[in-house]
Amino acid sequence: MSDAISVAGLVKNFGPTKALDGLDLVVRTGEVHGFLGPNGAGKTTTIRILLGLMRADAGTAILLGGDPWTDATPLHRRLAYVPGDVTLWPSLSGGEVIDLLGRMRGGLNRQRRDDLLQRFDLDPRKKARAYSKGNRQKVALIAALASDVELLLLDEPTSGLDPLMEAEFREVIGEEVRRGDRTVLLSSHILSEVEALCDRVTIVRDGRSVETGSLADLRHLIRVSVHAELAGPANGLAELPGVHDLQAQGNRVSFDVDAGALDAALRQLTSVGVRTLTSQPPTLEELFLRHYDNTGPSDARHAGVAR
Amino acid sequence: MTKAGTTLSDTRPSGTRTSGSTLTGTGNLIRLILRRDRFLMPLWVVIFPLVVAGYVTSFSDLLPTPVELQQYADASRANASFVALYGQLHGSSLGQLVNWRSGFIPVMVGLASLLTVIRHTRTEEEAGRRELLGATVVGRHAGLAAAMIATIGANVVMGVLLAALMISQQLPTAGSVAMGLEFAAAGAIFAAVGAVAAQLTESAGSARGIAIAVLGVSYLLRVVGDVSEISGGRLGWVSWLSPIGWVQRISPYQDEQWVWLLPAVLVTAGLGWLAVALSARRDIGSGLLPARLGPVEAAPSLSGPLALAWRLHRGLLAGWAAAFAALGVVLGGVANGVGDLVGTNQAMKDVFARIGGREVLVDAYLVSIMAILGLIAAAYGIQATLRLRTEETAGRAEPVLATAVGRLQWAGSHLVFAVLGPAVVLLISGVLAGLTYGASIGDIGGQVPRVIGAAAIQLPAVWLVAAIAVAFVGLLPRLAAMSWGALVLCLLIGLVGTAIQLNHWLLDLSPFTHIPHLPGGDVAALPVISLFGIAVVLGGAGFAGLRRRDIPTM
Repeated sequence: MSDAISVAGLVKNFGPTKALDGLDLVVRTGEVHGFLGPNGAGKTTTIRILLGLMRADAGTAILLGGDPWTDATPLHRRLAYVPGDVTLWPSLSGGEVIDLLGRMRGGLNRQRRDDLLQRFDLDPRKKARAYSKGNRQKVALIAALASDVELLLLDEPTSGLDPLMEAEFREVIGEEVRRGDRTVLLSSHILSEVEALCDRVTIVRDGRSVETGSLADLRHLIRVSVHAELAGPANGLAELPGVHDLQAQGNRVSFDVDAGALDAALRQLTSVGVRTLTSQPPTLEELFLRHYDNTGPSDARHAGVAR
Repeated sequence: MTKAGTTLSDTRPSGTRTSGSTLTGTGNLIRLILRRDRFLMPLWVVIFPLVVAGYVTSFSDLLPTPVELQQYADASRANASFVALYGQLHGSSLGQLVNWRSGFIPVMVGLASLLTVIRHTRTEEEAGRRELLGATVVGRHAGLAAAMIATIGANVVMGVLLAALMISQQLPTAGSVAMGLEFAAAGAIFAAVGAVAAQLTESAGSARGIAIAVLGVSYLLRVVGDVSEISGGRLGWVSWLSPIGWVQRISPYQDEQWVWLLPAVLVTAGLGWLAVALSARRDIGSGLLPARLGPVEAAPSLSGPLALAWRLHRGLLAGWAAAFAALGVVLGGVANGVGDLVGTNQAMKDVFARIGGREVLVDAYLVSIMAILGLIAAAYGIQATLRLRTEETAGRAEPVLATAVGRLQWAGSHLVFAVLGPAVVLLISGVLAGLTYGASIGDIGGQVPRVIGAAAIQLPAVWLVAAIAVAFVGLLPRLAAMSWGALVLCLLIGLVGTAIQLNHWLLDLSPFTHIPHLPGGDVAALPVISLFGIAVVLGGAGFAGLRRRDIPTM
């Protein structure tokens, strides 16, 4: 299967600020790819380069088999984009904006448009200046989702939507995926959303990709936290490689353990005798926090990898 | 959101509660305005007095003796085009001549003031920044009050500066103070007009349109009244309806009529009160004029960038067309009076020939008004061009460029209006001025094409100024607002250039200097083609820049 997006070593400077510093990103055709990172990590800049709005200073970017800068216009017929901060023409109604954007992209599925208007509960007659942020976001989303395109580039598409609409958005994207003819790049920092929707994830920080892979892959990279009540004091646990943050209080212990060292740690526990045991699988939240914890040295991103 | 003001005073710690709670924070907001306008505001506060000071120097250089002053004054006071532009001239002292020659500047002071107030009220609200501030400890009316106080304060500073400059050039103290007050009063009135307009509409653009229309009508009323008065018509009283007419009736350096300050103060206070009352009745973000619902679906014609640009530009085009139509009717209608007045007096003719450099006085009048209309049309050209940049910075270019619309197609869709818009409005004013003037002398067939030609010949200069804006947007987008500087330069050269004998190279900087003097003059092809060529090169450079650069460039 070919890749819808293939980006390698992307560099982009704005004056003295380094927005992208060798970013890599591969989105396979037909997948929903989560693009995670804190504000200012370079997500929007990457998407703008993919749209040919900005030119990279170094690195390569291939979008749907073409060059996003030189082939911008023909490529744009095959994709739809929802910006993170949607501003609309104040004097146009929502319905007009949806139709206009659709037509400039090369066509709109009428029935889908009406269906989506209903599902997102949007009044298309209101002038854009009267819309709230969430409603402006819906206008852009409907315009994008009602187009029959191969690729959706969504830059934090649910910011400003209420939880009900967020759920509706997940539902709609879920249907897209099941139909199987769309590729989605979903930039977000809402982890539950990415966890629910995405097949694979790329995490960026400071203009670099720090992790990429399927959610299952990424979970292997990080520690499991274990809480246990033992028959006696736990000896020898601290000496085990891969065990961190050990806290022992009488017969209770809690610690984090690298995925690769879990087996050894459990054996140590059972040798003492286990009364109760809870172990928590890592959430994306933790994965995320580990990478974004700006207090540690930037190499801390490798700390989760089994040694 | 509606209750921002009240909620605020309810939740504020009682210790900081003051009686004027709706004005809490005004001081801080004034500081914010002064900080944001630290370049713009000093510019107009200083430039207008300097221009007037320039007139003093040029008059005393050109007309050193009282006899010459008297001659010039006698010729000017009967000239309808001068009276239309500057107002009526009664005496012939240096001070009176300088004040009369500065007659258009109060209009520009009014323009600067209303734009400043709207920029710090409705523009802020439309951008959502007002809401941000409204959620802090800022009273409900603080934003409006701060904008008014800062703008009127700037006008007072300008008035003081002007009076000081005049006194320092040995002009009478009372007259100098009166002139300072005249200018400041014009600014204050239109600051208040801007404040009211800012309450009426949701968009800053419409608010500017309303306030500028009020300013334009005030100016036209004065023109009609004054021209009617000197040519013995019965419409002299019309000028009394105009705020510009009031402040000119303060009559600096004559026997100062201080009483005319009263309507200015009363109207400023009244409009200020009205703005506050209107603002108290509405929600943040909304206007008083209700927003209507739009269509559920886009019309089939709304299908591409040009159709979108038409939607975005048509209101602007209609406004400018209406203004130019009115100007054409009025300015063409009074043209005949110029010929009547001068036809009998040979001495006057000589003086005019010396000043204007043209034999036929009506033609000279038409040349001068068309040059002014050309400058105004150039303002439209810049405004339409800068829409591109507004679309970009507001984030509305991105969704369009992410569709199958190319950059040049997008830019071209807006620039169509920057190129054709000024042409359309100039032609409208040319046709109507030709019709009214032609009708008044019974020669419609002959005059309409002549006056249309006079209007159309401005276009190369208009397009060149617009092309400067295109070049800025393409190559130096962050400095795009500097395009207005080019127009201000042309305006200053046009205003000052004929009075002060400027160096030729400085005069030559303005493209309008090179426009053939139509009707009546010869059309030299070279300057017209050169202006056109430079416009094409600048526009092309702007396009090349647009193709290459990041969008948006913030």
